[in-house]
Amino acid sequence: MAAVTEPPQQAGWFEERLGLASLRAFLAHKTVPVHAQTLWYYFGGITLFLFVIQVLTGTLLLLYYRPSPAEAYESVQFIMTRVQFGWLIRSIHSWSANLMILTAFVHMFSVVFLRAFRRPRELTWLSGVVLLGLALAFGFSGYLLPWNTISYFATKVGTDMAAAVPLVGRNLARFLRGGSDVGGATLTRFFGFHVAVLPGITTILLLTHLALVQKHGMSSPPRVLEEHRRTGGAIPQMPFFPNFFLRELMAWYGALGVLGAMAAIFPWELGVKADPFAPAPAGIRPEWYFLAPFYTLKLIPSHVWIFEGELIGLLGFALLALWWVALPFWAVNSQGVERTRWVTGAGVALVGYLATFSALGYWR
Amino acid sequence: MDEPRRNLVRWLLGGGLSASLISFLYPAFKFMNPPDVPEASVNEVSAGKVQDLKPNTGKIVKFGSLPVLLVRTTETEWRAFSAVCTHLNCTVQYKESSHQMWCACHNGLYNLNGQVVSGPPPHPLEAYSVHIRGDEVVISRRA
Repeated sequence: MAAVTEPPQQAGWFEERLGLASLRAFLAHKTVPVHAQTLWYYFGGITLFLFVIQVLTGTLLLLYYRPSPAEAYESVQFIMTRVQFGWLIRSIHSWSANLMILTAFVHMFSVVFLRAFRRPRELTWLSGVVLLGLALAFGFSGYLLPWNTISYFATKVGTDMAAAVPLVGRNLARFLRGGSDVGGATLTRFFGFHVAVLPGITTILLLTHLALVQKHGMSSPPRVLEEHRRTGGAIPQMPFFPNFFLRELMAWYGALGVLGAMAAIFPWELGVKADPFAPAPAGIRPEWYFLAPFYTLKLIPSHVWIFEGELIGLLGFALLALWWVALPFWAVNSQGVERTRWVTGAGVALVGYLATFSALGYWR
Repeated sequence: MDEPRRNLVRWLLGGGLSASLISFLYPAFKFMNPPDVPEASVNEVSAGKVQDLKPNTGKIVKFGSLPVLLVRTTETEWRAFSAVCTHLNCTVQYKESSHQMWCACHNGLYNLNGQVVSGPPPHPLEAYSVHIRGDEVVISRRA
């Protein structure tokens, strides 16, 4: 005798299998603090949105791109000139990459100036900084893929910097290049990093970052907390769904508008095909987010005391990165008092260094 | 009585797990390390005809897998250097206006002896020998 089962009901069928009621209940309880700085909360979401755009357009580009020195440049040229909307997809991919790094920087500095890295959010900060590093790695690896002159020399310089690392530098550079110099093996490797290794690591870390944001909720700036403590009132809250979510959606539309306009008005150029036996062209410079270290390297003399300037530069960047990553740990003293001025000073100094040296790297 | 046995089992399980992990990771790491691909050793290349390069000009010549910068300084004088900048591996070019070799990446300048004049390069450029055989320019490694 066959077992009798209940006929599926419209709402009940999914409810029984997915347990959506708990998700609805969760969304109904989640709130976002409302204060004068709420605007900055949107930048993390915009960065996530641009990352999704990257995944989608990158997947489309994969349908035509060929990762070999003989075909890479021509395949991108084919995408841009023969494939319908190819120029738009490639342009959106490039512009979105740049805008994503920009919004990630804005998000990071807003976290610094609003003190959102405070206990217990140290791991959220760490995962966020590593995600920014991964975004830069995406930029560096993706830059080589069209195999044009500028990307070729940028990769030569970038991988040669890795060679300056004491003890393991030569092996590290060799690992990155897939050989002794930048060539076909490097292109294949960078393609692998760009479409498989980095997305895999980023997805895991991104989910961790979002889970941590979820666990700890949105941070309110200390100044806002203090004001409300003095007046005795609680910080007003906005329901995450639908209020904040719909506002975030509008921010995404805004980002999409900017992205579409940039891609259509300023299509990303392809440049000249890389020739390993041509000199580096005059006026060569990296993408804007690498301009500050690029200009710094230009300024460091060939030798500083007994050390090569290149090594000193690399050591300086490494120490700066380490100091920045450790921000939540030195932002409080041993008595647990926040070093507010130090953090603001460090943030302003870093923004100042990046802005000034990027401008100098661009204009000089 | 049970504790030593538990510890032994823990060690065996932990050790086995670690050994399996190493046995998976070791080939993966070895795989990522690019193999040495020996290239035919090049000691001499032809850089074309004498009349192809005017005085006070330079050109990049393929020397095996490396770029070499050949410079004709005067009617009769020729020089050749590795075109790989000793700073960060970019390819240098000859600057006719200043009679120097220049790396556009970080503004490194070398004189016509390959010595660093200014900028961040830490070492001089490696020099090559140039010979004229009939009307052919030949670049060779220095002994």
